[in-house]
Amino acid sequence: MSGFQVVVLWSDVLVWLLVAAGLGVGVLIAKSPPLLAAWRRVGANRVGMASATVLLAFIAVGLLDSLHYRLQLDGKPGQPAVYAIEVLSVLDALAAPLRTRNEKTYSAPFATRLYAKETIDLPGQGTVRDYPRLKYGGQHLGEREDEVAADAGFTAFKAGVLAFVGWLGVFGVVAAVNRKKRPNLKLRDAAFAWDAVLLTLLAMLLAVVPLFWLAGQYHVFGTDKVGQDVLYQILKSVRTGLIIGLVTTLVMLPMAVLLGIVAGYFRGWVDDLIQYLYTVLNSIPGVLLIAAAVLMMQVVIDSHPQWFSTAAERADLRLLALCFILGITSWTGLCRLLRGETLKLRELEYIQAAQAFGVSSWRIILRHILPNLMHIVIIALVMDFSGLVLAEAVLSYVGIGVDPTMTSFGTMINNARMELGREPAVWWSLAAAFSAMFVLVLAANLFADAVRDAFDPRAA
Amino acid sequence: MLAYIVRRLLYAIPILIGVNLITFALFFVVNTPDDMARMQLGVKRVTPEAIEKWKAERGYDKPLFVNADAAGLATVTDTIFFDKSARMFAGQFGRAEDGRDIAREIASRMGPSLAIALPTFVLGLFVAVSMALLLAFFRASAFDFWGVVLCVAMMSISGLFYIIGGQYLISKIWRLVPISGFGDGLEAWRFLILPVLIGVVSGIGSSTRWYRTIFLEEVGKDYVRTARAKGLPETVVFFRHILRNALIPILTGVVVVIPLLFMGSLLTESFFGIPGLGSYTIDAINAQDFAVVRSMVFIGSVLYIVGLILTDISYTLVDPRIRFE
Repeated sequence: MSGFQVVVLWSDVLVWLLVAAGLGVGVLIAKSPPLLAAWRRVGANRVGMASATVLLAFIAVGLLDSLHYRLQLDGKPGQPAVYAIEVLSVLDALAAPLRTRNEKTYSAPFATRLYAKETIDLPGQGTVRDYPRLKYGGQHLGEREDEVAADAGFTAFKAGVLAFVGWLGVFGVVAAVNRKKRPNLKLRDAAFAWDAVLLTLLAMLLAVVPLFWLAGQYHVFGTDKVGQDVLYQILKSVRTGLIIGLVTTLVMLPMAVLLGIVAGYFRGWVDDLIQYLYTVLNSIPGVLLIAAAVLMMQVVIDSHPQWFSTAAERADLRLLALCFILGITSWTGLCRLLRGETLKLRELEYIQAAQAFGVSSWRIILRHILPNLMHIVIIALVMDFSGLVLAEAVLSYVGIGVDPTMTSFGTMINNARMELGREPAVWWSLAAAFSAMFVLVLAANLFADAVRDAFDPRAA
Repeated sequence: MLAYIVRRLLYAIPILIGVNLITFALFFVVNTPDDMARMQLGVKRVTPEAIEKWKAERGYDKPLFVNADAAGLATVTDTIFFDKSARMFAGQFGRAEDGRDIAREIASRMGPSLAIALPTFVLGLFVAVSMALLLAFFRASAFDFWGVVLCVAMMSISGLFYIIGGQYLISKIWRLVPISGFGDGLEAWRFLILPVLIGVVSGIGSSTRWYRTIFLEEVGKDYVRTARAKGLPETVVFFRHILRNALIPILTGVVVVIPLLFMGSLLTESFFGIPGLGSYTIDAINAQDFAVVRSMVFIGSVLYIVGLILTDISYTLVDPRIRFE
């Protein structure tokens, strides 16, 4: 287990491209006073900054999960290196205990015994049918099985205290920096909503640190049908959700912006053509168009197995194709909005002045129209994200979402939905997937509201 | 007015042709009929003869656009495009994988779809408008604030959760109504309550918030100030003036979805085992029945375009200032 081979999936490329684009946009924003002022307003919004903190935590998990590699298999020296078929990510390495410590089948959160009875051979007593002990969950307790609550509570308390101490450190640094910059200003009066960020950070630390501490000893969210830890699946789902939400807008944005502005600015037959195009696409009910396109894509993927060297690559391509299809079906709304706004802008005096000076059309579009549409684009970008994360779950349930082998909120829900019918009900997979999705989507919605309030001139 | 409607109907034709071309391109050009045959037959049974037989049985063995072998008009009509796509304009959808006539299947499944979708739509609209009115009436109060927070929270919950949670709680734990299924005639109401309830609840968050902003926009207008200035009590201002005026954008906004109610809801119907068009579509997707999916795409587009025309007509009805040339 010495070497490893870096695997670059297409979605990884796009994810890191998005990060780079985000940084680039950040630099651009810093140079443009009106945009900077708008972002300052977002920064002053307490709810917005609290949700941004949560979103950043999700994004961090997603980014860690976007660095992939394949481990080298043990081979004789001298032979060419052979790499494992399994593609791992940095997140997998960090969460190795969660990934590898699999039970036999379902087990409830914090359980020490399996969900189903089995026949156990007891030496000297023959066989009995009983719930067998879990291989990993609560193993450190030994014979003291009934002390789970006390043990877990104490561990959580220890971790909580540690988290609090860590947070105090962060708090101290922020307060000290703040005091140095503006000696007379209290933290809660600062222009940037530091108090909201710090409070959210405290809440997150108090929840997450004990959770992962306990996850080393128990299955905090239980295990699924094949005995995999549900917490691990949640972590893996985050990346899928983020990619669906972000890469789709990356696909849709250039199309919507270019066509919308061109239609509004040039009018005439260009406008007619683009309007016709988006009316046609809009006429097809979204789910059906997605279903048709995904079915067709599935046929293409199935008939070309030679394109993919690992299952992860196939799942990855399907994910990207899904983003692409979602992008194709969802650009029409933004395009129509931008077209209408461009129609208004092109009649304004400063545009006519530019035209009178003989500035070329494309230059006017780039220099004078596009910057004045940025607020619409930014609002649309953040507003779409939460809807796309929710759509992924529905599409995966319908069977036209991500590859079934890829962990996502949708596939988790799909695999777990029949389990409520069992006696006793297996609720933990569903509950965990829905809660994680709720937190992610709620944070995205609140952040989107903050951004819209800050950017929309009408809302002020 | 009539001339306008006729022109709108004529305008719908190129759009429908566009829809048709897109579906045709998706189903026959991106993937050849050979690919579909391989998919349907499964890996083991694929032989060139089996593929040819599969295509011949379903009429996929013809050329795509131009049949050079046929004579006269048949060069155009005896093709896949004419048979599978152009015929849809005449309501001829062909047969599904299981040999049943798609058009008849659709006609018989519209009823159950509508039985769910119509009450959900009407009730949902009523509840959302009332709640939005309440929030707007108590605007900028703690009630309004927490109401909006609740709306955002409800919007952030996956639609699947409402369905799965509702089924589990109401049908499995409380055993109030059957968990799924459908009955004939009046017997059906027991099966309808839960899906309708869940449909209403899951839609409340986003629509209430949306209608609330419409109400608030209306509150800031001049006629409202005039009404207050002449001494009308706030309740009269609200329920007589604002409500009526705000209903115009709300109602004309929802007209577009009314025809689509026939299509049913994919999720609700498949979870509750209702034999409507939504579950028909899902089954077709899962069975990879291309003919059915193609037909549903076409019907959905037709209904959407009908909705757009109805929207425009409803604008003229509620607002006499709007005239169409």
